[in-house]
Amino acid sequence: MAIICGKSVPEADGKKLSEYIVSAGYNAGRIAVEYNGEILPKADYDKTVIASSDDIEIVEFMGGG
Amino acid sequence: MDDKLILGGHEFTSRFILGSGKYSLDLIKAAVENAGAQIITLALRRANSGGAANILDYIPEGVTLLPNTSGARNAEEAVRIARLSRELGCGDFVKIEVIRDSKYLLPDNYETIKATEILAKEGFVVLPYMYPDLNAARDLVNAGAAAVMPLAAPIGTNRGLCTRDFIKILIDEIDLPIIVDAGIGKPSQACEVMEMGAAAVMANTAIATAGNIPAMAEAFRKAIEAGRTAYLAKTGRVRETASASSPLTGFLHD
Repeated sequence: MAIICGKSVPEADGKKLSEYIVSAGYNAGRIAVEYNGEILPKADYDKTVIASSDDIEIVEFMGGG
Repeated sequence: MDDKLILGGHEFTSRFILGSGKYSLDLIKAAVENAGAQIITLALRRANSGGAANILDYIPEGVTLLPNTSGARNAEEAVRIARLSRELGCGDFVKIEVIRDSKYLLPDNYETIKATEILAKEGFVVLPYMYPDLNAARDLVNAGAAAVMPLAAPIGTNRGLCTRDFIKILIDEIDLPIIVDAGIGKPSQACEVMEMGAAAVMANTAIATAGNIPAMAEAFRKAIEAGRTAYLAKTGRVRETASASSPLTGFLHD
């Protein structure tokens, strides 16, 4: 199953990335995605289908010094 | 007064870079406004799912975002974080932070130089946080840094200008803005380093742990402005013996 932000997420397999982002409650306008080690352009979220072998990082800005 | 801080070709009238960590999102706007800050730092982390509030919604329009690479333990990780930060669509500024010491959070100058070189070539405006070492600072200049950010004291300690003499060497010898970052705990310390000729001060914990965050942001702004004005005015001479300020003639007892 796919690893998303370091955790196994079985329900993500087979979903479009854009759909997963919405269903998991991420703020699509405020995130960046690293897909199997490469930065994924926002335009590709809708054409990327999550596979069980995928390793995905979803990041955003937070307070920091 | 036409006195601007120039970083990578971008002009700023404020010389106070504000950190955004350790305090509530609701206070960020007031802190930025009271600080008069035109640059605010951010960190990149795994995103919160479930519709949590995002810090970008609390930062006033027009403020330049300066993502840091906190969490990076080597140049490769810093480069990865910088590229992801740029993908978030908030500009080309990046503060390099490479730390592999968890007790004192001291920066690794060698890895910082490597990351600076890579990211400067990719068009980033690179502001490297570093231990104040003249040789490393010269290497950062050659690597394409837009400024050098020496620490005053370990991050989050509020201990003030522990590295004062070494920061002065960088101010005297490095032909880039010297932005003193980390450890400044009080407005008086920010003022002092600005009087010495630092180009700007970055502070986070001193504001975030103050009793009144917006008021402390304002106090830092005033201190930084005072120190800068004093630096430009050139401080008066120092003498070993007294020198009367009042006329030495016309005394009533004469």
